[in-house]
Amino acid sequence: MSAPGSQGAQRTDSHYAALVGALGFVVVAAFLVSLFVGYAGLDAPQAVSDALHGADTLPAIVLVELRLPRALLGCFVGFSLGLAGAAMQGFLRNPLAEPGIVGVSGAAALGAVTAFYSGLSQIIPLALPIGGMAGAAASALLLYALAGRGAGTTTLVLAGVAINSFAAALTSLALNLSPNGFAALEVIYWLMGSLVDRSLPQVWLALPFMAVGWLLLLASAPALDALSLGEATAQSLGFDMRRLRLQLVGGAACAVGAAVAVSGAIGFVGLVAPHVLRPFVGHRPGRLLLASGLGGAALLLVADIAARLLPIRPELKLGVITALIGAPFLFHLVYRLRREG
Amino acid sequence: MKIEVDAASVRIEDATILEHVSLVLHPGEIVGLIGPNGAGKSTLLKAIAGLLPLSNGAVRYDGAPASQTRLARRLSYLAQDGEVHWPLRVDEVVRLGRLPHRTPFAGESAGDRAAIERAMALAEVARFRARTVRSLSGGERMRVLLARALAVEAEVLLADEPVAAVDLLHQLRIMDLLRQVGQAGKCVVVVLHDLALATRFCTRLVLLAEGRKMLDGAPADLTDAIIRRAYGVSTLRGEHLGQTFVLPWAPLE
Repeated sequence: MSAPGSQGAQRTDSHYAALVGALGFVVVAAFLVSLFVGYAGLDAPQAVSDALHGADTLPAIVLVELRLPRALLGCFVGFSLGLAGAAMQGFLRNPLAEPGIVGVSGAAALGAVTAFYSGLSQIIPLALPIGGMAGAAASALLLYALAGRGAGTTTLVLAGVAINSFAAALTSLALNLSPNGFAALEVIYWLMGSLVDRSLPQVWLALPFMAVGWLLLLASAPALDALSLGEATAQSLGFDMRRLRLQLVGGAACAVGAAVAVSGAIGFVGLVAPHVLRPFVGHRPGRLLLASGLGGAALLLVADIAARLLPIRPELKLGVITALIGAPFLFHLVYRLRREG
Repeated sequence: MKIEVDAASVRIEDATILEHVSLVLHPGEIVGLIGPNGAGKSTLLKAIAGLLPLSNGAVRYDGAPASQTRLARRLSYLAQDGEVHWPLRVDEVVRLGRLPHRTPFAGESAGDRAAIERAMALAEVARFRARTVRSLSGGERMRVLLARALAVEAEVLLADEPVAAVDLLHQLRIMDLLRQVGQAGKCVVVVLHDLALATRFCTRLVLLAEGRKMLDGAPADLTDAIIRRAYGVSTLRGEHLGQTFVLPWAPLE
């Protein structure tokens, strides 16, 4: 990509800064568009000015109560999924790994469904996301109980797959035993993933967990770079594999668990964002983290804007749109892997 | 750094991989670790690198045990599989050798960059620095991984079968490179199958068989009788330019 010579490394550094800057710009732009695009026309300057002055006018309420949580969650959930996807792919050295591969996404969905069925979500407004996060936490603990502290990477992934399938089975069981069709339909819709009708309290509930997850995942960058040369070499470079596994499972449980808890299961973002951006960071797993997080945020914001702009009513669920965008990418990835042998 | 392996044993499940092996390694030595498959060579190398928990015994570095993070700057390990999981650029692979020297939130220092250049020059890989490792031949790739290990600039270099899968020219170049590293005052331990290369390039040979140390001495101490006992093969010896060499000849019946 760049010319040979002693400037090569520095050139990739400036390349990387430019990429992160460009992605950051796209995220900010998509965030603003997401704020001001919707069903009701919104007088943007008026809404912002009213909101800042604390005036309870209709434009201010639409902006703060409806648009802002949706745009913020698009950002944060997308960042979490893109970042966790890149981290899991780097960790497993496999481009087909997805953010919830260690079991957190299935368990978070089950937790939310449980909160819904138990009727808790009718009594406590935040029961759904709290249930989801409890599910994610339980899955991380179960993972450690199952796989043990000294478990290798393969054991950890197998345990994660087992947790995901068991959680999916229990979720189906709940749907099966559903007292009425409406309740089941509501759960199915929730599982498809959406950012509609989320509130600011939900954002503030999920954000601290996501932030902790982001820090844990971003801090693994040097270890993921070292892992490109295999576990033994990474260890010889001073990275403790047991600590790294703990850090990544904990990070994914926090970030992905909180994301699923507030938005439902939104697939493919965590798979597509790292895949698309990997060539732009010279395939370095550590550098891919931040880039893929920003890419995930941009992707999710754009998909959510598309959900509003597409002339289809009722509005398509976000998970459906990301799957429709993501699946062709997956075909492409499989095709490319096959060609590489 | 002086490394003492003191009565090291490694048992995995019921199998004994390494049995009561003791060894002292000094700077400036080029130690060839030889022996048949399953003799415990790679296990011993990992134990020296501190990558493996011992069932019994201890490894001491300058008289004291050391943690993995402490060792990372002082001891460099070149793995056997030669795996590079992503199509990384050559200079990015070599750069990974500086990870133990990095402090959090600090970028690459001028010292790091100089070490990377030195390592690439020594292993003669600088000219394909901007290519990806996937586009290289097996021998070139091994030299890049060796450059990565050299970039650590550690006192000790441990290499697990660096010439097992490369062509004849690369075998000689890599062995010559390891000899230069040893002559520069570092301690080199290299796992080898080729006895001709081992006797020619190493200053000392350690022969393992079935997890035990059978021989620890100068290349001249590797007699036909010992080779017969360890490998079950007869040998052919010759002399060229005043150096003796040994070739495996036929399996013993």
